[in-house]
Amino acid sequence: MTSLAYDSTAMLGRQLQRIKHAPGVLILTQTMPISMLLFFGYVFGSALAMPGEEYRAYLVPGLLVATAAGGLMTGMFHAAQDSHRGVMDRLRTLPMSRAAVPVGQSAADLLTTALGMVPLMLVGLAVGWRIDSGPLGALGAFGLLMLLRLATTWAGLFLGLLTRSEEAAGQLGSATFMLPLLSNAYIPTDRLPGWLRTIAEWNPISAVASAVRDLCGNAAPAADAAWPVAHPIAGSLAWCGLLLLVFGPLAVRRYAHNGR
Amino acid sequence: MVSRMTTTYAVLSEGLVKRFGAVHALRGLDLAVAEGTVCGLLGPNGAGKTTAVRLLTTLLAPDAGSARVAGHDVVREQDAVRRAIGVTGQSASVDVELTGRQNLRLFAKLHGMRGAAGRERAAELLERFDLADAADRAAGTYSGGMRRRLDLAASLLTRPRVLFLDEPTTGLDPASRNRIWSAVHELTAEGTTVLLTTQYLEEADRLADHVVLVDQGRAAVTGTPAELKARIGSYAQVVVADEDDLPQAASVLDQLTGARPQLDTATRTVGAVSMDPTLTLPRLVRELDGAAVPILDVSLRPPTLDEVFLRLTTAADSRKELVT
Repeated sequence: MTSLAYDSTAMLGRQLQRIKHAPGVLILTQTMPISMLLFFGYVFGSALAMPGEEYRAYLVPGLLVATAAGGLMTGMFHAAQDSHRGVMDRLRTLPMSRAAVPVGQSAADLLTTALGMVPLMLVGLAVGWRIDSGPLGALGAFGLLMLLRLATTWAGLFLGLLTRSEEAAGQLGSATFMLPLLSNAYIPTDRLPGWLRTIAEWNPISAVASAVRDLCGNAAPAADAAWPVAHPIAGSLAWCGLLLLVFGPLAVRRYAHNGR
Repeated sequence: MVSRMTTTYAVLSEGLVKRFGAVHALRGLDLAVAEGTVCGLLGPNGAGKTTAVRLLTTLLAPDAGSARVAGHDVVREQDAVRRAIGVTGQSASVDVELTGRQNLRLFAKLHGMRGAAGRERAAELLERFDLADAADRAAGTYSGGMRRRLDLAASLLTRPRVLFLDEPTTGLDPASRNRIWSAVHELTAEGTTVLLTTQYLEEADRLADHVVLVDQGRAAVTGTPAELKARIGSYAQVVVADEDDLPQAASVLDQLTGARPQLDTATRTVGAVSMDPTLTLPRLVRELDGAAVPILDVSLRPPTLDEVFLRLTTAADSRKELVT
């Protein structure tokens, strides 16, 4: 275990050095949700039944969750990039812990995501979002966001290792951008047709978005919604736990055996 | 193989088989590389050289057969194998987004060399491979030769017992190639065992104590470069007076050598590798004269490894004569 911790720290360092050398991608992924907040909040929001400020307050937790769920895309991209380069082969010939590559990768990712969410929250507070619950609720919400990020990153790492090329991973990753559209992240689900509402509410993103809104005191969970949204904290924990339980071991296995 | 009892082998493989779907990359590869020697795996693209390196360096698991590297089984004792080896070339590379120094320090850490030990070893290797000036630039900006030297440096962090070089000089200019070659010479002088794959016969000739010709996933022929040349006999070459005489000269060579002669109409030359050690210059001249071929020049010389290789891979039935 000490070797796992030590090797993972080394891989975390590598990831941070890479970001330092090429910060462009990071800046883009961090500014994207802010521009979406302004675009959705002011352009689309003006056509919605909900008053503008109320909609923007609804939108901020949704965008935070969508950002966290972006771990799926970044995980896929990083795994595909690494696995198609010779450096992964060198790592596999070293007497290091097999899990250190994905562990280091996701640790670096959590760090940058946590920092990257701060500007989005600040802009959110400026346009009408409020934390009405107090520091403990806010901390809980933040913890759930990080947990979702971790879970989606591991799912992404595994899926990225399955793709045949960096391009394929990039395209598939971009498609995951659609996932928050089919959830309650950007719009309430209660006026969707029944079957569509069911699908949207069983989307893990919906559970976490409802949990963040609940923990920040923005909105109480809808009692008539599907179970993960009606009980959003338990629903979020269950979803993230399930994703980690499935994709964690798969990703570690795949990293150790890829190409064999 | 009495020597197998007394010699210590750094690499020993028996009947290695690896399939990728319907493709048989290796069909039972046997290798025995004595400690402290350089073994050259020579063969064209697709012969199975890289697959062999990937199996021996734990990057792939064999479908059948077994192999030991530095005394450890490559399937059951992966970590022990990994601690004993260095790998360079198309099978393992560096991170192009990190600087040269960051690469070496990262790999040193993952080798378990912590703190100052890794820092100093990285600096020492950067100096040794003439990379000190470029040490803090991203490896992606390096030239092909610099990248390969960084790659080699990364493989030498722990002073490995067995070094695998997978086509270490492919695509390099002659100057860069010479630097890699002299580095390999230094390493073998220090006692490192080297297994290298190459498509360049000159490289195998220059570096290897033993050459294994790999063809279609098997070791076709094994020996020292000199032995291989001796076993294959000589290269007979005839220059004729007129282009029209080429086919006739070729048929004489064909009968004498059993190999398909190579024709060059521009120089009116025909040549073939002879497996027959009793083929002498007078006999060659007599046969050509008997067939009334007007010859300008005749020569019989030791074949180059290129010619040996061509003979082995083009004439399938010649393999029977060579594998003894």
